[in-house]
Amino acid sequence: MTEQNTKKTNKKRNRAIMRSAILSLLVLAIGYTIYNSVTADDVEVLKVGDQAPDFALQDMEGVPHKLSDYQGEGVFLNFWGTWCAPCVKEMPAMDRQFKEFEEQGVNVLAVNIAQSDFEVQSFVDRLGLSFPVAIDKSKSVMTAYNIRPLPTTVLVNPEGEIQRIVTGEMTEEDIRGFMEEIRPQ
Amino acid sequence: MTLADLSSNLLYVAFLAYLIATFVFGGAVKGNKEGSFKSEGRWGKIAFIITVIGFLSHLGYFFTRWGATGHAPLSNMFEFTTAFGMTLVGGFIVIYLIYKTPVLGMIVLPVALLIIAYASMFPSEVSPLIPALQTNWLAIHVSTVVIAEGILAISAGAGLVYLLKVVDMNKKSKQRFWLEAIMYSLVLVIGFVIASTFFTLTDYQADFNYIDKDGNEASIGYNMPPLVGMNEYTSLTEDAMDPFFETPAVINAGKVTTILWSFIFGTILYWLIRLIARKRIAAIFKPFLKNVNLQLMDEINYRSVIIGFPLFTLGGLIFAMIWAQIAWSRFWGWDPKEVWALITWLFYAAYLHLRLGKGWQGEKSAWLAVIGFAIIMFNLIAVNLIIAGLHSYA
Amino acid sequence: MEKLQCTCGHINPPGTILCESCGRSLTKEEQNKKLVDMRYEGTARRSQTYNKSIIDKIWNFFSSVKVGVGIIVVLLVAAAIGTILPQAQYVNVPVRNEATIKAYYADVYGEIGKLYHFLGFHDLYGSIWFIVLVGMLAISLIVASLDRFVPLYRSLKNQRVLRHKSFMNKQRIYAEGAAPEDTLQKAEQKLKELKYNVTLDKNGLLAEKGRFSRWGPYVNHIGLIIFLFGVMLRMIPGFYVDETLWIREGETRAIPEAPGYFLESEKFTFETYTGEGEEEKFGEAIERVGSVAKNYQTDVVLYQTPEQSLPGATDEMERVKEEGIQVNQPLKFDGYAVYQMDFKLNELRAMTFDLTNKASDESLGTFTVDLVKPEKSYDLGNGAKVDLLGYYPDFSGFENGEPKTATPVPNNPGFLVRMFTPETPEGEVSFIVIQNTIEPLGENQYKLTFQGAETRNVSGLTIRKDKTLPILGLGGLIFMIGVAQGMYFNHRRFWIQQQDNGVVLLAGHTNKNWFGLKKDLDQVSEFASLPPYTDQQEEIEKLEKLKKEQRMEGDEVS
Repeated sequence: MTEQNTKKTNKKRNRAIMRSAILSLLVLAIGYTIYNSVTADDVEVLKVGDQAPDFALQDMEGVPHKLSDYQGEGVFLNFWGTWCAPCVKEMPAMDRQFKEFEEQGVNVLAVNIAQSDFEVQSFVDRLGLSFPVAIDKSKSVMTAYNIRPLPTTVLVNPEGEIQRIVTGEMTEEDIRGFMEEIRPQ
Repeated sequence: MTLADLSSNLLYVAFLAYLIATFVFGGAVKGNKEGSFKSEGRWGKIAFIITVIGFLSHLGYFFTRWGATGHAPLSNMFEFTTAFGMTLVGGFIVIYLIYKTPVLGMIVLPVALLIIAYASMFPSEVSPLIPALQTNWLAIHVSTVVIAEGILAISAGAGLVYLLKVVDMNKKSKQRFWLEAIMYSLVLVIGFVIASTFFTLTDYQADFNYIDKDGNEASIGYNMPPLVGMNEYTSLTEDAMDPFFETPAVINAGKVTTILWSFIFGTILYWLIRLIARKRIAAIFKPFLKNVNLQLMDEINYRSVIIGFPLFTLGGLIFAMIWAQIAWSRFWGWDPKEVWALITWLFYAAYLHLRLGKGWQGEKSAWLAVIGFAIIMFNLIAVNLIIAGLHSYA
Repeated sequence: MEKLQCTCGHINPPGTILCESCGRSLTKEEQNKKLVDMRYEGTARRSQTYNKSIIDKIWNFFSSVKVGVGIIVVLLVAAAIGTILPQAQYVNVPVRNEATIKAYYADVYGEIGKLYHFLGFHDLYGSIWFIVLVGMLAISLIVASLDRFVPLYRSLKNQRVLRHKSFMNKQRIYAEGAAPEDTLQKAEQKLKELKYNVTLDKNGLLAEKGRFSRWGPYVNHIGLIIFLFGVMLRMIPGFYVDETLWIREGETRAIPEAPGYFLESEKFTFETYTGEGEEEKFGEAIERVGSVAKNYQTDVVLYQTPEQSLPGATDEMERVKEEGIQVNQPLKFDGYAVYQMDFKLNELRAMTFDLTNKASDESLGTFTVDLVKPEKSYDLGNGAKVDLLGYYPDFSGFENGEPKTATPVPNNPGFLVRMFTPETPEGEVSFIVIQNTIEPLGENQYKLTFQGAETRNVSGLTIRKDKTLPILGLGGLIFMIGVAQGMYFNHRRFWIQQQDNGVVLLAGHTNKNWFGLKKDLDQVSEFASLPPYTDQQEEIEKLEKLKKEQRMEGDEVS
């Protein structure tokens, strides 16, 4: 009789475990689905801490720039366009800070989004920018970095990882702080 | 005579044949007073032959029109609805061959007539295909759907016969009310056909300017006297009737006017019939239904769903998704037509579970079948005409 | 609940209706019935048996058909509510965000629209409660199927050949009577001929056909679950790509989310039906609606860069293929599909100007500015030239004396130029926008007049990659197989026993299509001289009908 009882309790327990397992699995699946649907909009392809995707662009002078060539140095990667007012506004500040940090291993590369050579060149000339400016003609770098709003600045540290992603206008103070962040020690 | 003309003549022949067959089926059922099945058999056979002739002619319409337009004639409201009438009759023919049920013909054929008449109220000239429809999936998807819906409509026909037989028309009840409501709504379709035909024959036309929902000026032509006016309308036609009231910009007053006229004509017709017959329309059918085998009707109801449901799944959901993936880049987009196809599918899934799992047979099953048909008709008429979406093609 | 011991000695799980071994009815209620309930072979539906812990209660809740149908009906009603007003994704607002959408519903649909938006119905199908409902349906599908499938499978697997008489005579098809000695052997022979699986035990026989049809409902439920699983996967980032690419004629663009692939648009074509020639038959229809679109097509070239090449480096691109993307004919490559979805016609691409003397109207020559590649200077010959100082594709006004552009798209191009002529070697500065010229440094002697423009079309393409499609397809296929299996095949069984006194008992059962079963039985009966059978269901109905008629006649008499 006792043996039968233990068998019975065992069976009951197994059944409870089985049912709890199936139900909780299903509830988890539903919960995960809801989580995904709620966060669907702000899924970013690139995150801070990721390896920055390598790319190769030629600047206005025809000098090739490859991100991986700057291993061991900081890269201040600014995506911009002439129509974007905040982009235009932060350019002079970037230029000033670039001149200060240039010797300390911080590079600035301003990537224009598929405008004409003329527009970009005349803009560079007008502002007298000293850092290299390149045009992403096919928008492939922009796509690789999943850039949506302009300006977006991606800070790459000497290890080649993304240190920070900044969307929107930066003050000179900000720019200085960011360059400090990616300056090699 | 061009192929297109031949096609529309064949459709007339089909319509006429169905009309005659309806009465012969009625006679076959009614004439059988002594309980001997002879007259039912003999006259039933004649009616059936007339139906088959009509159906062949209907098929002729379909394929000649296919030849004339160069694409499957399933691309607009007229073509789809006509084909729906055809599959309904086709389904009936199959059922008749198996079960020999003239009484079903007496109910299904008038419904098919109404559907064809309704279809012919829409522009019927041959029209070219827009890019989204230029694929074989048009024929595959729509023909499967139309066949499935025709078969599902048979189940409703059998359900209706069942209800007409079992619902007591002499006692006040919910069932009596709803059954009569079904008959009334069928009469409303006739009302729509009469209203449209009457105003088309009298060549009524009134044009208005109005402000649409985005605040832009637009114009609209009424083919019926404007009972209801568009948002901030101004009349362009002299001595056109002045609308009784104005609707908000999101409502198409032209369509509301058509619906109102259908109600007016339909209701008048309904009360005329009731006055002449001195009983409810559902009660008029009672004498025709003496020999109805209820179990057989239940069986036909269920059988039709068993065949129609998988076909509908295939055509209305699976083929639809495949095509949507090819044409619109996504297999599902919650477009109203898609949603209503899903609703139809869910409804018949519930029907099957209730029938198989909860033993809902007989009258309950009959009500469900009729509701299913109502959902299909809603998807065909209301979703196309009222709720606009990607599928609106009329 | 206690386990039930049958008089035959077999111990059945609690809740069992018919003894698993011999088939005797185990409940009072069942014993009083004329026919047995064979729906799940009289086994205990697992959920009905235990009702103790909270887990069991939840389990039982989802196992019920009533609850399942309830969920279906709620889903159906919810889906219908979502079609009353358009969903937010189909609403046309210039700038898409929460506020504009909310405003749209209030503006266009008034109070009803406000309420609709307030209740969250504008995004009904993506709302949490709708997903929860679908999830509950999935739970119900799984739990209800498991609960029924397991005992049914067990009981059909462990079927006994010999059943108690009380089981046999409560089957719908039943026969009892004398039969020749060899009747069992003959019946076996004939049944095998009819493709039945026949098992013998002592003096009894069990013939069975089409058992697999009993699994139909569970198979189609598995199909649905696989489908829903696929839908769930789609919500996980990375399982599918949905990107938009606007590309102008002549442009080459990286395809979003498809690393290493580039697309060049050669030409976009928009055609309408002319109603002439072949299309004459459509004349009437075209006239009624104005114009009917015939074709939207983007002719593209697909390029791929070598494996090791980096974003930005496009010189090593290799041509993969050329194709015309049309509606219904997406470009396919490497699991991706590119669809023709939208277009914009006639965007400015080049503008031609004439340098003229204001006073004499004399022309010094024309030049064309390629808006994709403006040049610094245009030499008109004869000492005349025009220098481009600035180009503003979408001129939107001045800020601190500096012309601004609102977008990079040439919607309203503005040009800042300096015009040199032999008469004005110093140059005159002018700012030109369409239909307007500003002379910021004083009155000029020369002006640029707009001569003409070249335009190009823009294609709106959608890029898709959906890894869940095979899963969804598999789910659909399994569903259809399950439906066909359950609906178009049926499970037929006969039990035959020859008792010691020579009397033969026969019972038949099928889950559907009794007509077919009877046809089989007629053949066997004839061949093996079985006693004549009765359809007990029909007998019961006949009896009821007779009673009813008698009652009605009685009514009429009274």
